[in-house]
Amino acid sequence: MAFTEQSVREQVRAFLEDTWDPNLSLMEWRNILVDSGWGVPSWPEAWYGLDLSLSLVPTVNEVFAEFEAIHVARKGAGQLAAATILTHGTDAHRQKYLKPILTGETTWCQLFSEPGSGSDLAGATTRAVLEGDSWIVNGQKVWTTSAHHADYGFLLARTNLDVPKHQGLSMFLIDMRQTGIEVKPLRQMNGHASFNEVFFTDAVIPRDQLLGAEGDGWQIATTTLMHERRFADSAGRKIEPSIRTERIYQEEAEEIRVSNEPYKWYPQRAGRPDLVLERAQSTGCIEDPVIRQEIAKLLSLNLCVGWTAARAKAAQAQGKTPGPEGSLSKLASSVVAREANRVHTLISGSDAMLTGPESPMEGVIAEVLVSTPAISIAGGTDEIQKNIISERVLGMPKEPRTDVDVPFLEVRRN
Amino acid sequence: MSDHSSTAEVRRLMEDPLGHDPEVWRTLSTEVGATALHIPEVYGGAGFGITELAVACEEMGYALLCAPYFASVVLAATAILNAGTEQQKQNYLPGLAAGTQKGTLAYAERNGRWSANAIETQATKRRGHYVLGGIKSFVPDAHVADHVIVAARIEGESNLELFLTESDAPGMVIQPLSVMDETRKLSVIELTDVPAERLGETDKTMAIRETLAIAAVCLANEMVGGAERLRTDALAYAQMRVQFGRPIASFQSLKHKAADMLMDVELAKSGAYHAAAAFDTGADDAEAMASLAKAQASDAYMQTAVHAVQINGGIGFTWENDTHLWFKRAKSSSVFFGDANYHRELLIQAWT
Repeated sequence: MAFTEQSVREQVRAFLEDTWDPNLSLMEWRNILVDSGWGVPSWPEAWYGLDLSLSLVPTVNEVFAEFEAIHVARKGAGQLAAATILTHGTDAHRQKYLKPILTGETTWCQLFSEPGSGSDLAGATTRAVLEGDSWIVNGQKVWTTSAHHADYGFLLARTNLDVPKHQGLSMFLIDMRQTGIEVKPLRQMNGHASFNEVFFTDAVIPRDQLLGAEGDGWQIATTTLMHERRFADSAGRKIEPSIRTERIYQEEAEEIRVSNEPYKWYPQRAGRPDLVLERAQSTGCIEDPVIRQEIAKLLSLNLCVGWTAARAKAAQAQGKTPGPEGSLSKLASSVVAREANRVHTLISGSDAMLTGPESPMEGVIAEVLVSTPAISIAGGTDEIQKNIISERVLGMPKEPRTDVDVPFLEVRRN
Repeated sequence: MSDHSSTAEVRRLMEDPLGHDPEVWRTLSTEVGATALHIPEVYGGAGFGITELAVACEEMGYALLCAPYFASVVLAATAILNAGTEQQKQNYLPGLAAGTQKGTLAYAERNGRWSANAIETQATKRRGHYVLGGIKSFVPDAHVADHVIVAARIEGESNLELFLTESDAPGMVIQPLSVMDETRKLSVIELTDVPAERLGETDKTMAIRETLAIAAVCLANEMVGGAERLRTDALAYAQMRVQFGRPIASFQSLKHKAADMLMDVELAKSGAYHAAAAFDTGADDAEAMASLAKAQASDAYMQTAVHAVQINGGIGFTWENDTHLWFKRAKSSSVFFGDANYHRELLIQAWT
């Protein structure tokens, strides 16, 4: 079927006029939506989609917005799992997992990072060993969002110690609800526990829940991480609950609340430069010439970071090869957060020693002061970012590697 | 630009009291049309905006072009555009647009401050005509200017005004200053009863502010061009220089420094481009954005220059190595038309 913007608009309108009803339950509606193909229209027709070109997806979203109609579930790791399974899974995997991910019936988590392999993800040591018809898993994962209420996880585990590190990894789809898995919340320096540690003790995975071939794990993880970056880019917009009161909106609001819960301190992690002027004015220290300088410096930096991202986006829209400006935003946001922390401290003075409801802005500032260290670590440390920028953007020599051409067993590790 | 502004040529012109190559200036104005860019077509210009003017400045900063472009096109032409009467625009802009005449703006004085209240030069009315008295300093390329635009106060009034006079007018003494950055000649001008015409007829406070803001934007763009050159040249050197049996670019300390330099320069570019566009779209905060761009570029250019010398190591501290040419432009530009602190204070005033 050849779609045009006009025909898409008409068809989505007709579909929503026929079927959209805010008094349905969330699951009833999502089942209808997923079966129609309009839930993930850019997916293949064989798998809940319509093969719609990506350029027409915004049109679909516009019509959904007109109707205030609810979309398929957009829960972080679920989206990544769906994209990964769609690309690398067997038909049996797609049949089993895709629809419940789209309806939001199942929750997923991503089991990649380990205590011993942070920046060096390919150094994962969690083992999966085939015994009869099952893979037996032992080891530990960390920084796992949603693990405590996840139904499934996609797990990067080592299946061969005798080949170089990148070749000995495999990807599995694992049922999280089993006795061999223990999930413990991981408390952070800011007091929140947004992530988990996941311990595997003879956890069991049926043999056919290997994704792709044995040894394909690193390659699959790489495409997943690419999706993660793409989602961070396109779906990075925060999903806000509707203020409407019909049943379906309330159910969606609860879903959003649960899935956003781990991220509630993320605005503070970014340093809240938006609060700096207001704070300086309300405390009166806006008259202090040093603080005026510091605020102007911070806010200028923050604006320049935004404009740099806009330049990258504009260049991309014009089909130009991305310039260096595109690779800088993560590193730049670390600098903004660190500087914002410093300026908030200057403004707060002795009050920076306080926390809780009696402290500046009911504890928001205190949360900034102990949350910004996360931003230069999570999702790739500043140091790794600088390696990437210097090697891929500036063409400088790659770091010497001693761990790629030898069996993993011989590699020094934690 | 790279054809006419090799570093050998830059070094030759640094030594030359004229400070620019008249043949290159003719090429720049007649063939490239750079002197006409932001001047409207009715006055012999090309009718482009500040964005295009800024692009020209960026390229000149990259090449470290020695020419009175900033003085004549950015300062003098903009001042006349903003403050002149229709007749004055018709009189002076076509010559500046064609590059056959040159101008400059004599704004700051010996106190080296850039705020309006630092200006003490006076204009006195004698027999229906103004005469100027005072001492101007840090005036770029006055030694080659035909028209000198002078910021002064009319005796007994508080507003700052602009006056246009000729460099060969009686009572005007132009003396070169001994400058660190010899690619941009600066002069001190003593004015003793120099006859001058007032630019425009009504209060020119806003016109002067806008002229200074456009100067800051263009300077910021020139500076990010220079910073880009320092950054790329230092990177090329690091790739080529071998120590301990490997290019120094392979050391992580250098790689991380190079990534930081890229970020500094790209962020400053974004500020400079945004501010230039703000004038063309008529944004309310264009003046504040000019200050933002100038402050950001001042810090980024200087930081890049410091890193560039460091990456070059010992050779980077020699006269023979080219890095110091841009280092000195970075240093002098960082305070020219107001340093970063001055502009950040203006920015905060606009924001509060």
